[in-house]
Amino acid sequence: MNAPDTIESPKQRAWVRLRRSSSARTGSTVILCFLLIAVFCQILAPYAPNSRDATVDAPSGPTAKHWLGVDANEKDVLSRVMYGSRLSLFAGLISITFAVSLGAPAGAIAGYFGGWPETIIMRSIDIALAFPSILIALLVATAYKPGWSAVIIAVGLINVPVFARQVRVTVLTIRGLDYVTASRALGASPLHILVRVIVPGIVNPVVVLATMGLGAAILEVAGLSFLGVGGDPTEPEWGSMLAQAKDHLSSSIWPAVGPGVAISLAILGFNLLGDGLRDALDPRLGES
Amino acid sequence: MSGWVKLMQLLCWLTPPAVARYLSVRLFHAVITMVVAVSLIFIAMRMLPGNPLLARFGQHPDAEQMQRIIHEQGWDRPILSQLGQFLHQLVTTGDFGESISRSNENVSDELTRRIPATIELTVVAMLLAVPIGVAFGVAAAVWRNRWPDRLCMAGAMLGVSVPVFFLGICLRAIFTGMPIGFRLPAFEIDFEPITEFYLLDTLLQQRFDLFATAFKHICLPALALSSIPMSIIARITRSSMLEVLGEDFIRTGRAKGASSWGVVLRHALPNAAAPIVNIAGFQIGLLLSGAVLTETVFDWPGMGKYVVDAVRENDYVIVQAGALVIAAIFVTANLVVDLLYLWLDPRVRLS
Repeated sequence: MNAPDTIESPKQRAWVRLRRSSSARTGSTVILCFLLIAVFCQILAPYAPNSRDATVDAPSGPTAKHWLGVDANEKDVLSRVMYGSRLSLFAGLISITFAVSLGAPAGAIAGYFGGWPETIIMRSIDIALAFPSILIALLVATAYKPGWSAVIIAVGLINVPVFARQVRVTVLTIRGLDYVTASRALGASPLHILVRVIVPGIVNPVVVLATMGLGAAILEVAGLSFLGVGGDPTEPEWGSMLAQAKDHLSSSIWPAVGPGVAISLAILGFNLLGDGLRDALDPRLGES
Repeated sequence: MSGWVKLMQLLCWLTPPAVARYLSVRLFHAVITMVVAVSLIFIAMRMLPGNPLLARFGQHPDAEQMQRIIHEQGWDRPILSQLGQFLHQLVTTGDFGESISRSNENVSDELTRRIPATIELTVVAMLLAVPIGVAFGVAAAVWRNRWPDRLCMAGAMLGVSVPVFFLGICLRAIFTGMPIGFRLPAFEIDFEPITEFYLLDTLLQQRFDLFATAFKHICLPALALSSIPMSIIARITRSSMLEVLGEDFIRTGRAKGASSWGVVLRHALPNAAAPIVNIAGFQIGLLLSGAVLTETVFDWPGMGKYVVDAVRENDYVIVQAGALVIAAIFVTANLVVDLLYLWLDPRVRLS
């Protein structure tokens, strides 16, 4: 039945599934919008992030001049939300890259070699997981010189266990498969097996986790800056904008709506894309 | 001490050896994990640059007075010796010491007031999250790929995506009439707290007016806190139910003429319960230990806010005490969940 030219590789099949998935399409559209806004915010934003408009009595709701209202410092909310997407996306990306590059090798080593490296790695992960992640992040962010780099490192660190655990479990599963045994029987060195035989198998779950992790990281960065850890509060950032709006809630809720909806949409976008990727790359992976 | 021994003997008698062995290994690991974790925090906090006494004395403190307090409290001794004393004092008297940044505040006393606040908030949030989440999940599974499924799952997706601090701000702005900031206004606490759980205390003393007030205070924070566990429970319930609904005994039940809701609720749901219990328990652990953001939005006087404020002031006495309590609650919750899981689904291997 299959003509030779319709035989597809697993990659092509995954790509087709991904393009058919409505959640992946919606998610990637949302993310693309945010990326465009982040890159071109100097052109797109109606005002500079720190320019004040003394003519309105701040904070106030949407007007023709200020579509999302004006915050307590007489600054345009829409412009600040647009500029804020830069920091959020950047911080999320860097911290997840950090988490993957630390967590994935640790998990692979623990899963592949077992023995004392596994004990050390898994025990330290257990210790880290004994605390709620936001508390660890808070400790790290305050311990270090306060600023966005501290927040990024903190968020990266608390995401390390996520990747280490998933990679370890995947490696444990793959290690027992026949093609690994076959390659060992052919005389491949442990390093060769790990890098050339096992690593290709852990790429898919890591990609799925990293996509969802990006949403989580954006949330954690915003949460930390909402708690008052972070850089300069005059810098446009969604979490600190929300914290400031919370203090002036009795006069207007509008300064909170812009950044709040932006955070929610960004997280939603990454969650949807992650769901779509999971279904496309590994239909058996299922929930959680 | 002998009471503990008797209790352990009773437990050993009640539990089969395999479970007992599993339990003792897990307990041992849990204790080691916590001691190491708290020691790490203890040492790390002391190596931080900030000076916690500044919060108490202002930016220009009397140097002599500060030195005296530092010496009195033993904060100038080697870190490891301080750690030893901390652990010794904790095991023998259960006392965490006095706060550094706030004078005359005993950390243990403050924690005994704040832990019930956090537990009460968590319990109310979970009382909202579990039934609603399970109901939505069951509905989604029963009407798979039809509009109730789409609606529930879209809601659940939104629920996990909207940050709890934004949801909290929205709730505060929408329900402006609801009180914020206390569990009960201080002047209204004219009863003797028994359990420090105000909802329970007011009921026990039949002060229904105060119960209503306390309930009003807890409504919004609990609602905000419940959104994420509710969504996660709905998703897990759906996937677990879908798996069970596809099995043979469900078809048999239907073939024998059982009503379709009877099959769903009496046969499918109990068999789908294990993963739901697992995730719900895990979420309880998370909420108990991590209601930091919700407590900040609503100024709820719980443990999370206490520790967060202390981290900012570098008050390591509070941070190490809070961290220990939080870790203990979290680890215990996870252990209880694992045991429940074992009990619900004996097919799980003891490893």
